[in-house]
Amino acid sequence: MFDRIIESISKKIEGRRINIMEVCGTHTMAISRYGIRQLLPSGINLISGPGCPVCVTSLNDIDHIIEIIKDYELTVFTFGDLIRVPGTRSSLMLEKSKGKDIRICYSPMDALDFAALNPSRDVMFISIGFETTTPISSVLAKKAKDMDLKNFYIYSSNKLVIPALKTIISDKSINIGAFLLPGHVSAVIGSRPYGFIAKEHGIACVISGFGPKDILDSIDIILNAAFYAKTSEVIIQYRSVVRPEGNETALQYIYDVFEKEDAVWRGLGTIPKSGLTLKEEFISLDAKDRFKVKKIKSIENAACRCGDVLKGIIKPDECRLFSKKCTPNRPLGPCMVSSEGSCAAYFKYERNIAYQVT
Amino acid sequence: MAFNEKTIQMHHGDGGFKTSELIDELILKYLGNDILRDLDDSAVFKSKSDILSYTTDSYVISPIFFPGADIGRLSVCGTVNDLSTSGSVPAYLSLSLILEEGFAIDDLKTILKSIKETSKEAGVKIITGDIKVVPRGLADGIYINTSGIGFIKNGRILSSKNIHEGDLIIINGTIGDHGLAVLSQRKEFDFKTSLKSDCAPLNNMIAEIMAASKGIRSLRDATRGGAATVLIEFSKKSKKTFNIFEEKIPIKEESIGICDFLGLDPLYIANEGKMIIIVSKDDSKTVLDILRANKYGKDSAVIGQVGQDSDGLVLYNTVMGTKRMLDVQYSEQLPRIC
Amino acid sequence: MCIAVPAKICSINGTNAEIEYCGIKKNIDITLLPDAKKGDYVIVHAGFAIQIIDKDEAAITLDELKDHV
Repeated sequence: MFDRIIESISKKIEGRRINIMEVCGTHTMAISRYGIRQLLPSGINLISGPGCPVCVTSLNDIDHIIEIIKDYELTVFTFGDLIRVPGTRSSLMLEKSKGKDIRICYSPMDALDFAALNPSRDVMFISIGFETTTPISSVLAKKAKDMDLKNFYIYSSNKLVIPALKTIISDKSINIGAFLLPGHVSAVIGSRPYGFIAKEHGIACVISGFGPKDILDSIDIILNAAFYAKTSEVIIQYRSVVRPEGNETALQYIYDVFEKEDAVWRGLGTIPKSGLTLKEEFISLDAKDRFKVKKIKSIENAACRCGDVLKGIIKPDECRLFSKKCTPNRPLGPCMVSSEGSCAAYFKYERNIAYQVT
Repeated sequence: MAFNEKTIQMHHGDGGFKTSELIDELILKYLGNDILRDLDDSAVFKSKSDILSYTTDSYVISPIFFPGADIGRLSVCGTVNDLSTSGSVPAYLSLSLILEEGFAIDDLKTILKSIKETSKEAGVKIITGDIKVVPRGLADGIYINTSGIGFIKNGRILSSKNIHEGDLIIINGTIGDHGLAVLSQRKEFDFKTSLKSDCAPLNNMIAEIMAASKGIRSLRDATRGGAATVLIEFSKKSKKTFNIFEEKIPIKEESIGICDFLGLDPLYIANEGKMIIIVSKDDSKTVLDILRANKYGKDSAVIGQVGQDSDGLVLYNTVMGTKRMLDVQYSEQLPRIC
Repeated sequence: MCIAVPAKICSINGTNAEIEYCGIKKNIDITLLPDAKKGDYVIVHAGFAIQIIDKDEAAITLDELKDHV
């Protein structure tokens, strides 16, 4: 079924080497789940970058959220992804087991609906995600304001993909030859914001869908762009969903509600203008403003190498904690605890791959 | 005399007049049989075999009524199916009910009716039981414990020790139906689906294939933790590598849909009417034909083959033709956005 | 970073729409797609539609997006 594409890829790489970084947790999972690396010729090195918003949520944010939950009587809504992420001293799951009212939602609208039905209860929605998810938080903020809800708050930890890509590109310890760009973030932001990657840095980039054929197609296109056509355009493989202009309504929602601020990415450090905070006119919804807590000291595990994993400098199994002290059962860092973190995906699907040789 | 109270009260569990009234006028009305009616402290019965199998399980599911079944049917099927995996014929069950103060009698009647009908279908009798009532706020309405006794016929005990390299691995139908049917009812997901729990007593179907084939090696019930968990356990117990083929695993389209919405892996979602059956290659066609003719095995399929000796490894052959291992689930799957 | 499914809009009621995917029906929010119409296919993420799928390009993509398990 995929022999033709694999053959084309093998022909195109022909003795060369290239590092291809994907920056979307869903791509990370798909590549591991389908064993894509096993199909690729040895010259192609697929690296997982900082594409998982849960993984890059700062330790201080997790600690801050937990401190708020401890100090105030709240109903908290969160995406399932965040519940097991370890803070310095606790996690949302641990706080839930101690009796705190923490609920997992599929859609953040649940948080708004709950707040509307329970006016005597303060409700906090933990807003994480890249541009795929941020417009949804914006819709919530606007609706809450229109409804004049006095008990609904957003803890904003949303982030922007482009500044992270710029950081990766400027880090000379990583030699990225091409990017496999996220499909659904791009559905919102379009292909234009990535233009500088190809034009200014000569790095090939393809916006890819999520099926195994999409990913292989995209790698084939990348090799063509990197070694043959040497195009300075961003190529859209996921043409059914991604337009150059993206979703302008969704983008306007983001601009109307949020403004950029410097943000700490767990493992990467501070990236300027890479985070989003609620604008002044939405301050009444800002959980950080409403629920003040004492200063928190966040202490990273010194041996944790999630940062190097997120930058693609090392593979998960090159971290000495991997599968020994750090496992999905006892995760020490976000890359292992998030279900689409690089380490979790590698542990679940690619560990012990030598067994497959018969 | 008809039992005319509307809800369970604390006095129904105090062992006195009200408890007797509940048992005589309600429990026995649905579940009464020659042994149970004696209401002795312990049930006495003749053994049908030298070798017995024995199991117990507790049921704390919420919600107690879900598409396709309820906690009553579940409590019979779970124990009957566990007994069947050893190759025994399930015969007698105990039934312990822990009821929350305020529990609706109409709901209890529905559950008792389910227990009665499912026991009849499985050919088992409830021969002893117990009732306790706990204060409001505990027991989530109702908790049930059942234990069961089965008899091994002709000394034929199924065991993972019988498994050989080359044996085929069969499942009797689609995966994830139960867990996803229950999940789909959660208000926050707002899914409209026709998915139903697959909760079913499989002992009659098992008896048919046991009678037709000496090549049935071992059986396992794929409940909590899903098909993946039972394959991993099976592989470890038998000390053999299991080769599983993704494209052969039966799954309903709606199950794929819910899993795609929520980011779940159907291999780890609970089933309540699915067995993993290891059978010799020679007998596999006969067994498959019998399973497919049974209403609980219409979608039966060969999903893999037993490989070489190992410490226990499940090798998953993906639709791409690549291989990866199937790992244990470290924590409950939760809906995700990433 | 984006669990999402391609779904068909069966009906619209203001900013809500009933969509269908793999035989599952569900209500979602279409605030972010004011031009969405009944019969359109959309990408659904966390209960919201975030982009309309181009049907001409979609024929292959939809099959592959369903190509799981």
